[in-house]
Amino acid sequence: MIGSGRVGSAVAKRMREAEWDVVVVDETEEALARLGENWPGQFQVGHGMDIEVLERAGIEGADAVIVATSGDNTNIVIAQVAKLRYEVPSVAVRILDPARAEFYAGRGFAIVSPTRTAIDELTSVVLRERPEA
Amino acid sequence: MFVLIVGGGKVGTNVTRTLRGLNHEIVLIEQDERRYESLEVEFEDGALYGDGTELHVLEHAGIRRPPDIVVAVTGDDEDNIVICQLAKERYGVPKVVARVNDPRNHELFDLLEISPTVSATSMVMALIEHEVPEHELVHLLELRKENLEIVEVEVDRGSKAEGKRIEELSLPQETRLISVMRDGQAEIAVGATELRAGDQVLAILKPGREDELRQVLLKFS
Repeated sequence: MIGSGRVGSAVAKRMREAEWDVVVVDETEEALARLGENWPGQFQVGHGMDIEVLERAGIEGADAVIVATSGDNTNIVIAQVAKLRYEVPSVAVRILDPARAEFYAGRGFAIVSPTRTAIDELTSVVLRERPEA
Repeated sequence: MFVLIVGGGKVGTNVTRTLRGLNHEIVLIEQDERRYESLEVEFEDGALYGDGTELHVLEHAGIRRPPDIVVAVTGDDEDNIVICQLAKERYGVPKVVARVNDPRNHELFDLLEISPTVSATSMVMALIEHEVPEHELVHLLELRKENLEIVEVEVDRGSKAEGKRIEELSLPQETRLISVMRDGQAEIAVGATELRAGDQVLAILKPGREDELRQVLLKFS
């Protein structure tokens, strides 16, 4: 799990509940606090674009990499590195900007764009309630 | 020429200024508002405010035309990577140039096939290697596309190569000597060229063959 913000930390905890071995990478030590008092998984401080950090976290041989740092472009680069260089079977990445999310589609990793989801949901709620408009 | 430059720091600003002086058409994108304001004073319509990794900003700057070159020189390597990928793959820009800020990220640019790249740190290091004699083997040039490099080595007294003709040497595979410099005179290296201690030899080789070349030209005790 690269990035331990609100999304990353929650995803890490849920993967842990699903009994996966989870390694969390975040730039700041404080991000560990978001994982709760007794985080049973591993935690690595470092930048997710740093190959050494990724390898220390065990990216070679990882079954999955989930990328959700606060930077879209950082996420985009890490996802490509995970897929192209380490051939991680399952890579999922958050990209907030819908335009960049669309451009990077179809490259072997799953893209989640919360902004796109919000746009779709908000529009469909209103359209559902006033279908005749 | 129409050139799109992203990143109005020292590098981007000076490149813009120089190219404008040569009468090229330049658009410079800068995302810091205060920096943009001073760029606008100097470059007027040639400066554009916005995040150069956003597609609508790039399109506003004219990337659809497309530019002859896109130059990505922001202070963030991930931004430079994304700018180059968008430029090449989405907008069909024929040529991109990217700045590498952190030399450790060089391999990421290579992995994503973004070239050529410019890195101030690497250039300074190359100059230092050239000046400091302890670096017995100096990297002069990396030909990334060709996957070859050109290095300079000074032949050691007592090395395997000393006193031998080049055709007698067992050079590593994928390695050729280019030239031999002695007493300030350079000669093209041919089979009959005899090597002496102190000769400055230029060699072209596949990266990774350096140690084998050292074994031939340097002395190991």
